This record gives sequence, structure tokens and C-alpha cells, in this order.
Amino acid sequence: MKTVKSPFKFKGGVHPDYNKELAREQPIEKLPLPAELVISMSQHLGAPAKCLVKVGDFVKRGQVVGEKNGFISVCVRASADGKVKAIEKRLGPAGGKADAIILDTTAKPDGEEAAAPVTEPILPPLDWKTASREDLLKRVEDAGICGMGGAGFPTNVKLNPPPGKRCEYLILNGAECEPYLTADYRVMLENAPRIRLGVEIMRKILGGPAVRIAIEANKPEAIKAMEDAFADIDGNVEIVVLPVLYPQGSEKHQIYATVGRVVPEPPALPIDVGCVVENVGTVAAIADAVELGEPLLTRVTTVSGDAVTTPKNILAPCGTKYSDLVAFCGGEKVPPAKVVSGGTMMGFAVSTLEIATTKTTSGLLLLSPKRVTQYASQPCINCGRCVRACPMNLNAADIAKAVEADDIKAAEDAHVMSCIECGACSFSCPAYRPITQFCRRAKNSIRARMAAEKAKAAAAAKK
Amino acid sequence: MKPKETAAHYILSSSPHTHARSSVSRIMLDVVLALLPTTAAGIWFFGMPAVWTIAVCVSTCLVAEALCRLAMKRENTIGDLSAVVTGLLLALNLPAGIPLWMAVVGSVFAICVAKQVFGGIGMNPFNPALAARAFMLISFTGPMTTWLKPLWWKTPDAVTTATPLAAMKGMFTAEAVASATPHAHQSLDQIPSLCNLLVGNMPGCIGEVSAIALAIGAVYLLWRKVITWHIPVAFIATVVVYSLIAGGAPAYAQVLTGGVMIGACFMATDYVTSPTTASGKLIFGFGCGLLCMLIRQFGSYPEGCSYAILIMNAVTPLINRWTQPKPFGAK
Repeated sequence: MKTVKSPFKFKGGVHPDYNKELAREQPIEKLPLPAELVISMSQHLGAPAKCLVKVGDFVKRGQVVGEKNGFISVCVRASADGKVKAIEKRLGPAGGKADAIILDTTAKPDGEEAAAPVTEPILPPLDWKTASREDLLKRVEDAGICGMGGAGFPTNVKLNPPPGKRCEYLILNGAECEPYLTADYRVMLENAPRIRLGVEIMRKILGGPAVRIAIEANKPEAIKAMEDAFADIDGNVEIVVLPVLYPQGSEKHQIYATVGRVVPEPPALPIDVGCVVENVGTVAAIADAVELGEPLLTRVTTVSGDAVTTPKNILAPCGTKYSDLVAFCGGEKVPPAKVVSGGTMMGFAVSTLEIATTKTTSGLLLLSPKRVTQYASQPCINCGRCVRACPMNLNAADIAKAVEADDIKAAEDAHVMSCIECGACSFSCPAYRPITQFCRRAKNSIRARMAAEKAKAAAAAKK
Repeated sequence: MKPKETAAHYILSSSPHTHARSSVSRIMLDVVLALLPTTAAGIWFFGMPAVWTIAVCVSTCLVAEALCRLAMKRENTIGDLSAVVTGLLLALNLPAGIPLWMAVVGSVFAICVAKQVFGGIGMNPFNPALAARAFMLISFTGPMTTWLKPLWWKTPDAVTTATPLAAMKGMFTAEAVASATPHAHQSLDQIPSLCNLLVGNMPGCIGEVSAIALAIGAVYLLWRKVITWHIPVAFIATVVVYSLIAGGAPAYAQVLTGGVMIGACFMATDYVTSPTTASGKLIFGFGCGLLCMLIRQFGSYPEGCSYAILIMNAVTPLINRWTQPKPFGAK
């Protein structure tokens, strides 16, 4: 094991205000069980899980309440004991509505005494050294684990490369380049041995790839913690110290920064260049699922921003309402002007604190009017800052102008589908043009067109 | 009971939720600040006529912009300060003694014809100040080529004079005939000393004379990351290499006279009318330098810099097409 500096620097990138000092020194605190949980069937990327319970049912902590519903999908388990109060469409952090189970955690089945806290594990613990690769993969799937960095890609799919493709590098994403967020940082400091165990399990599943642990240079304590935890590990393991640059945590850019490989344009995936990237939190969750038999029921979420009384890193059940997180932080210091689920670069502005956390909620930010600017966008002056900032090296200015003129074809020709929506272009635009939003618009309309074409072709094939 | 989802009025917007806090008006203010040293030098050398020309151009541009926007029923845009930059740049590219009504006509042309007709900021194909200068050169040839002697207000004998450019133009041919003819030496004598060229103690437009003041401004713009080095360096390097190959006046004189410095650092770097990418900027700068020297050597007009930039402005969309960035991961 050794620590090296990243030898590869990608083009572009920006330096937003990180504001990590707000929550960086706050140890992970466990949230007391909230009275109500909102457990969404759509906490991951891909098909929502199929709801298995009905109103009035009592569920046990760890019970599967949503069934995996397709190849790109994971199961959902109840994060606590409770009674299903309602099943209804609820607003998610990203704006869309999805089926959710409203769980009353205070209700007890009739005639039953307050149940003693469950001590036996939910799933039978496995010895990773003796368990087969298939058993371990199955465990990751059963535990309902998906990428906890934000995208929520089903982890068992990632850990099971299609035939003919081999994972040469397992890359641990500890960059956490989003402003304000310190959840991964705290996990690296406090749960380093879990991460190491997770790496050993994943290495076994993936057939012994080299391991790269990617951490930005502004987190020396996390680098130290990882160095200590991995000091005596055998095999090809390196901690790669990355320069502080947003979006260093982007999968493609992290692969380039650590091993110098370039992922081709979509639909290519990291595995096409022999890489699997996993967020450090996900790795710790894998360790818990295998060794303790504990599925992914809780996660660490950073609650921060200048409008919250005490910023904290909170270990909370998935499905905790934002209002409960804010209350645990001492409430609002000032009325927030904007509430962001995630970080300030890629997070989603939400309309209410009634939204609940999911497996991918890395942060909740309450921003005072001081931190929020509203502005009218001006015409592009062709300064080229967005082009220089774009880590995908796209001509963001031209794409935005094309979309503004409703010329989606021109945006497609300018490779808008390669856009990772990191926000660097909008961040750096002096004319305050919503360039990232223009890119999203183009991507959505191209995806819709592709889906329509596919449906049309399928219908034609039927005839 | 279903919770009310619109109880609080949080601002909703697409990410990112943070900004570099740059702005168009701040960029324009930076350009104005960067032009202050050369403005001060111009006023020192050419006196009150320079002050009046600058004041008239800037105020006319602001009024013209406001009236244009009013007429077009669009929002007022004088707050973005781009009209101030246009007015100041135009004034700095005029001889100090120009009749003020001509400065007014030029300013109106710059804003109304070269800029607002196309839709205002960001839409103009040509640099408005340079388009206006070209328009004025054709319309008012005499006054536009009548130069005040630097520091004339100290020695009020001969007030107007010729620029070194006319003499330098003759040197291309003179040198080719015989490199050491007395004629060439005579021309060389007409070029101000290197010291005077650097300080700006020579006849010329208000803002083009002081290379040192212009360099200070350019360094400020580079430091503020308002411009990148590509266009100025490619432009000036091309002028130097061309003059070394073609002979004639010394390369330093070609760079330090006739608006190359202000052109390369402040006019050719105009965002709207120059290419977006680094490689595009290098091509653009090279083209400006080459055209400038071709005009100086073979054209009927001694200066060349303004027209070179205007021609390259016209080529910019084409250069942009050639130099699209290659996406990360694209073949």
C-alpha cells in the first residue's frame, strides 16, 4: 500500500466555495427514530421497486417492503418497525412523484407489548473469506444496496460485469467534491475499518482488481485514516491524492485522475475501460451487509447551510423526513430561502421539508437569502468561460444558444449527451445563463425522441 | 392527512445553486479599469482635446444605447457597461483633435448600427468601436489622419504632425532596393526612439501611443482572467516574425506603433467577435497579425490594424466551426 499524487489532471473544472468547515468537525450522530417514515419505492436508479405491503400491515425492521422490479432495480426494506399508515405518491427530492409507504413507527400490533429491540441480525452474517462470489453478490442485492454517492446505480449490477469484461481497477470515490457535504468524509474518518472490509469483499467479488482510493488533497485526516486502515493490506492498493477541483468526484474524471483511462462517450460505462467506481459509503454498507447481515437501512446525511442552527452529520433511517433532520439540528437559524437536497452544484432545490431521505441523500442544505441569488439571464457574450470550465470539454455556450433557439439537433451534434450536468458552466457564466438547465432540456428531449423512435420501431416490427 | 406541499415558499431553480459571482458588468468594468492607464497617458500627451473626445464618445454611446433600447422596446442595458467600453475604446482610437461632432456621429454609428441593429450585446458580428472607426476613416479621412503632436500643449509651435507609420511604410520598399541607402536611414530617423515608443511620446490616436500603459492594462486583464494570452501573443508574435522576414522598419517599431498594442490586447480580444476556444484564438491572433502586416506592406493605407481585426471578426464564425472542442471521451 502506498500513497501517490494523482498524475493526471482533467481539463476544465471550477472552484466553488466549499463551506465544508460548517459540518466537517461534527461527528456522526444517530437520529432517534422519527415517529413517521416515508419509504419511497424509488430510492435508486432504474425501475421503482414493487410495493409488497398494504395499508394497515405491520412491518418489521429489515422486512422487504418493495420487491426488486427489473434488472436495473433493487429491493426496499423497512427502515424500522411500524404500521403502514398509507401508501401514496409522494414528492421525491428530484421533483418527481413515486409510490411511498408512510410508516407509523409508534403503532404497535393490538395486544402486543412493546417489542424488545431486535438483537438478532436481519440476514444471516456471512464469512466473506469462505462465502462464494455468488453468495456475496446475492447478499449485496438482498441488502438493497445502490450507489450512495448520488446516482443510486444498483451495486450488484456494477459488481457483476457482463461476460467478456473484467474489472482491473476498483476505485473508491472519497473525493466528495460537492460543496458543504462532509458525510463521506466522516464515514472515512469514523468507519475506516468497515471501508477496508468492504474493499476486501468487493475485491473477492470482482476477481482481485487493483484498488485505488481517491481522496481530494483538502482532506488530509481522511487520507491518514485510510492509510492507517489499509496499512497492512496485501495486493495492489494505492491511495491517490487528487487535486482539489470540482467535479473531481465525477466517475469519468475520477477514473482519468487515478488511472489515466478515458471512458468513451455514452452509452459506454466505466467497466468498458476495466474500472468500477464505488462511493466510500457504499463500500461500508457492503461490509455491514456481509459481516453483520445488516441491509442498507440507514445512511449518513450532512445537514448544513447558513440557515440551520447546528450543522450535523446524521445517521438516519432512509425515509426520514427533512423536517425531522432539521429539528435534530436545532431547527432553522433563519428562515431559509432555498432548501437543497444534495450539494450546491448538483443538488435539487425542494419545495418542502416534508420530503424524505433516500439511500442516495448525501446532504440537505438550508440556505439563507444571503446565499441565494435570483437573477435574470443576459445574452451570451461568448467569453468562453463555460467552455473552459466544462470537464467534458463541450462547447457549452453553443449548446445553450442552440437549445434557446429550440434547435435540439444542433445541441445533439455538439455532443450534449456527453454532458454530466455538473453545473460548472452555469456556475462560471457571467451572464447568469442557465446553461446546465439548457443541457438538461436538450438531453431530456433527445431521450424522449429516442424512446419514441424505439417504440415506433417495435410497433413496426410487430406488424 | 396529506401534508401541504407548498406551505413554505422556498426558491426552486435548476442546479447549480452557487455561482462564481462574476458578471458581465464586472467584466466590462475591468476592461474600463484596464484602459485607465492608457487613457491617462493619452490625456497627458494630447491635452484637453483628448478629455473632450473621450467624454463625448462615452456619453454619446450611453445615450445612443438607451435610446436604441427604448425604440426597440427592450430593457435598458446601459447597466452592463458595454456601451461605456465601446465609447471609451472608440475615443482611444481617434486622433485627439477630431471635431467633436464627428466623434458624436462615430459613437452613434458604433452603438446603433454596429451593435443594436444586430440585437445588442453579444449579437454584433463586428467590434462596434472598430466598425465605427472604419466608418469614420472613410467618411472623415482628413480629420481622422490629422495628428496632434505629443505634448503640443507644452510647445505651442507646430501642433500637427505625421505618424511614424507613413515613414515605416516606405521602408519596406527602400530596404528591398538597397539595405543601406541614405533614404532608409532617413526613414529610420523618423521613427521615435524606443524609449519614446514605449512611453508613447509620438503622434497617434489618443489611446494607442503608450505601449507601457497598454501593457499594464493587458496584464491587469490577464490577472483578472478577463482575457487569455492567446490572441495578444499570437497577434504580436505574428507581427514580429513577419517584420523580421519582410524587413523594413524594425520589428519593435511595427509592434509599438499603429495600434498593434491596443488592437492585440483590447480590440481583438473582444469576446463577442473573437473565437471561443484557445486554438481558435491562436488562429484569430495569427490572422490579425498577418493581415495587419500585409496591409502595412502592400495596402494603400499605412496602419492596417483596425481592418485586419475587422476582417478576422468576419472570419470568426468559420474559425469557431473549425475549432470545436473535442469532448472528453469522444473519438
